[in-house]
Amino acid sequence: MPHDHPHGPTIDAKRLAHYQCMAVAVQELLTEKGILTDKQIEATIKEMEARGPALGARMVARAWIDSNYKRRLLLDGSAAAEELGIPVDGTRLIVVENNETMHNLIVCTLCSCYPRNILGLPPDWYKKTAYRSRAVKEPRAILAEFGTFLPDSVTVRVHDSTADMRYLVLPTRPSGTEGWTEQRLIELVSRDSMIGVRTAKQAES
Amino acid sequence: MTTAFKLGDFVVVSNRDVRGHMRTPSYIRQKTGVIERLCGSFRNPETLAYGGNGLPKQPLYRVRFLQSHVWPDYKGTLTDTVDIEIYEHWLTPAS
Repeated sequence: MPHDHPHGPTIDAKRLAHYQCMAVAVQELLTEKGILTDKQIEATIKEMEARGPALGARMVARAWIDSNYKRRLLLDGSAAAEELGIPVDGTRLIVVENNETMHNLIVCTLCSCYPRNILGLPPDWYKKTAYRSRAVKEPRAILAEFGTFLPDSVTVRVHDSTADMRYLVLPTRPSGTEGWTEQRLIELVSRDSMIGVRTAKQAES
Repeated sequence: MTTAFKLGDFVVVSNRDVRGHMRTPSYIRQKTGVIERLCGSFRNPETLAYGGNGLPKQPLYRVRFLQSHVWPDYKGTLTDTVDIEIYEHWLTPAS
């Protein structure tokens, strides 16, 4: 039997989990009531997908070669991001520095708060209960599973992003990179090193 | 901004049994920590999440806790810490 009424794309509700259905329902309501248009939603999704770890890597590499920038970055992460043309809307960015005596690790135990403006969408494991509960309770075991083995001379500082701050780790600059250009250093800065589960990639000798 | 606490103050996290959109994780309730920094004032998520305006704004702090205090069976060093953002109305001075 043909049907001729207009409607949006059909979604098979049986294949969606409860909250996925809720999200679709809310989106449909927002567009039906004229609060948002499909175009606006698409544009926002595109904008979110355009953001990724490359932005954070630029900030880290700049801090490695420019001590004044590093000072500003640690003082006010949001302002330092905006200085490089990376807008941080809504939340405030705190940058924490790793060194020979301190290793920082980021988690959100309550949900999955993540510096999306700087690193894009979080990896799946960051959102999973296993990481969220264990990172705060047994950070050294989590770090070891990522291949990051820390001696007892290094303090582990976990940051639980529970509210309005977002966090970025400034990893230690790898040895053997003296005199490297910013562009070359950027290649060593992985997403995981800015969450703190790994160190920066080592320079190949 | 008038705040009840300043950098370096020792504080205890309340142990309220409340439901809803709380941003204070249960594992940290009743624990003692030290104010690491003042983050500014923000709208209260406990009312903001339910269509309210979140006002008055609440001062937000970053509080640092020793892991060995938070988890009695913690496996790590005595200097390991966890820093958490906590709103002022969840904090009382440590005696």
